[in-house]
Amino acid sequence: MVDETEIEIREELAAADAVRPEKFDKAICIRGLRNQFGDAVIHDDLDLDVHSGEILGVVGGSGTGKSVLMRSIIGLQTPTAGEIEVYGKTLDTIANEEESRDLRRRWGVMFQGGALFSTLSVAENIQVPLREYYPRLDQKLLDEIAAYKVQMVGLPSDAGPKFPAELSGGMVKRAGLARALALDPALLFLDEPTAGLDPIGAAKFDELLRGLADTMGLTVFLITHDLDTLYATCDRVAVLAEKKVIAVGTIPELLATEHPWIQDYFNGPRGRAAAGCNIATERQNRKS
Amino acid sequence: MVARADFEHSDGADGAEVRFTGRLTLARLGDLPARLDALGPIATLDLSALERIDTVGAWIVTRTAGAHDAKVVGASEEAQRLLEALASDKSEYRVHRDRRPGWVRMLEQVGTASTAIWHELLGIVGFFGAMIVALGTQIRARRRLRWNAVVTRFQAVGVDALPIIGLMSFLIGIVIAQQGAVQLEQFGLEVFTINLVGRASIRELGLLMTAIMVAGRSGSAFAAQIGTMKLTEEIDAMRTIGVSPMEAIVLPRVAASTITMPLLGFYASLCAIAGGGLFCWVGLDIPPLTYIQRLREIIPMTDFWIMLIKAPVFGILIGVTGCYEGMQVRQNAEEVGQRTTSAVVAAIFLVIVLDAMFAVFFSSLGWN
Repeated sequence: MVDETEIEIREELAAADAVRPEKFDKAICIRGLRNQFGDAVIHDDLDLDVHSGEILGVVGGSGTGKSVLMRSIIGLQTPTAGEIEVYGKTLDTIANEEESRDLRRRWGVMFQGGALFSTLSVAENIQVPLREYYPRLDQKLLDEIAAYKVQMVGLPSDAGPKFPAELSGGMVKRAGLARALALDPALLFLDEPTAGLDPIGAAKFDELLRGLADTMGLTVFLITHDLDTLYATCDRVAVLAEKKVIAVGTIPELLATEHPWIQDYFNGPRGRAAAGCNIATERQNRKS
Repeated sequence: MVARADFEHSDGADGAEVRFTGRLTLARLGDLPARLDALGPIATLDLSALERIDTVGAWIVTRTAGAHDAKVVGASEEAQRLLEALASDKSEYRVHRDRRPGWVRMLEQVGTASTAIWHELLGIVGFFGAMIVALGTQIRARRRLRWNAVVTRFQAVGVDALPIIGLMSFLIGIVIAQQGAVQLEQFGLEVFTINLVGRASIRELGLLMTAIMVAGRSGSAFAAQIGTMKLTEEIDAMRTIGVSPMEAIVLPRVAASTITMPLLGFYASLCAIAGGGLFCWVGLDIPPLTYIQRLREIIPMTDFWIMLIKAPVFGILIGVTGCYEGMQVRQNAEEVGQRTTSAVVAAIFLVIVLDAMFAVFFSSLGWN
């Protein structure tokens, strides 16, 4: 005799095995991606790999399709051509609903404006994905999970019951991150997490992100304009220009390339300032 | 088949020794928390046999260790990092708002709703005052009213509403005539159906139904438009540029609804009379010419004046209520919906209250 909860648990477990992030060296593998809106070609023959466990920064001028790339990967935008594999699965070709749900469960997405549900409190926002995928979790555990996620992303202790409209910009970003982390994903997508934050808030966010990625072993796909964030957090950086990824590598590797856009980007006044800052802090660290 | 997170336990002197196996992760949690709670005192938690652990697993370990004052042993480097991240005190982290007993909340809601109605009424009156002041400044500064905006709104509030208001009034005319005729036939006085239709539609119903329709169509649109503009900070942007939202947004809308209402009301009355006439012709064999002749005899000019006096007042009311509610939006998309609803409800309610007051007033003037 098997009771109903037992059946539910078995279904839940069966669904949990479709995607195995730990088996893959490459979290994301993009080949020959093409995105086109009418006559405007955004990406053409774009290749990109994201390795498991790295923080990959994606940079590029405005309108080079950084957000479109992210939307293509997470399935919000169907590519015109090309293949995108996330943990060996391709969203368009996944036939069964279970598998695609399981894939979605493996990633967390933080949108640029936070995209918090405005009618739910921060804690409820964090609980939405949990309730969706694990309806059997009891309320007490849900509340505890929400509480520790709030703490992990560095929100103040009274932030849980607050509504998004009552939060400052930096707090909205942190709450968005907490919701993206709700399911303990292996892969995290962040769209300009530090845009609109003051430098101190942005630096704290960088620190938080680096810490969380190390603690939880996250793979992070990070779209940013912020050079400080690149220096402070990213293992590798991918540069988007001319409709494709023109270079991927660590910052020193990129600096060694001749491409004019990359040179302008990293050796412009802001690039040098960010680099100088980074070198200065490293020196300080070494001394102490 | 995937193994769920599991544990083995063996009893020791101070309590059980729990040894977790498999993967202690959210996806494989199954009923582990419940089974763990069912155990007696626990002395040690052994993590050495775990394949993987995530923050939820680490939290369950932390929570159990805290509850039983148990030792955690055999944590891998990864598990140790997670446990450390979760170790700090979370007791002050709140998730819910404070809960009060049901009856207190009910009383509170009644109280809040009552004061809200009062504040809303004061707010609308205040907003009307502010609008008059804005109109005064505009006239004194010799700035012209934004006629383009007025005309655009006039189109939306008035012209676009013609088909629906015409149809509605026409049908209401038929219904009044038909119901009136049924009653009056009992006395052999079905010719008085004409009095009923003519006076009711000119004096009351044409305008009242129009007001309800305009409140539903345009009052709601004003509230939603302005509410959304508040959310996207367009109104604030306008203020910073030096454009007064009162002049640019509110006045044209109120002006449009004020000008439109008498016209629409008169049009609606005519449609209702036409509907009634159709019924009289088909159902009561009263030819149209006789119908019109009779109307001219029984409808006093005062009925027409009453309508023309009431109509702009209703127009102002609907416009002001819609704009006021829109301006009250502060936070989120849901509020736009709520404010739109209250714009319509408040406008219809106030129109009917005012209409009753007008009826008493004009009767005591002797305009029967």
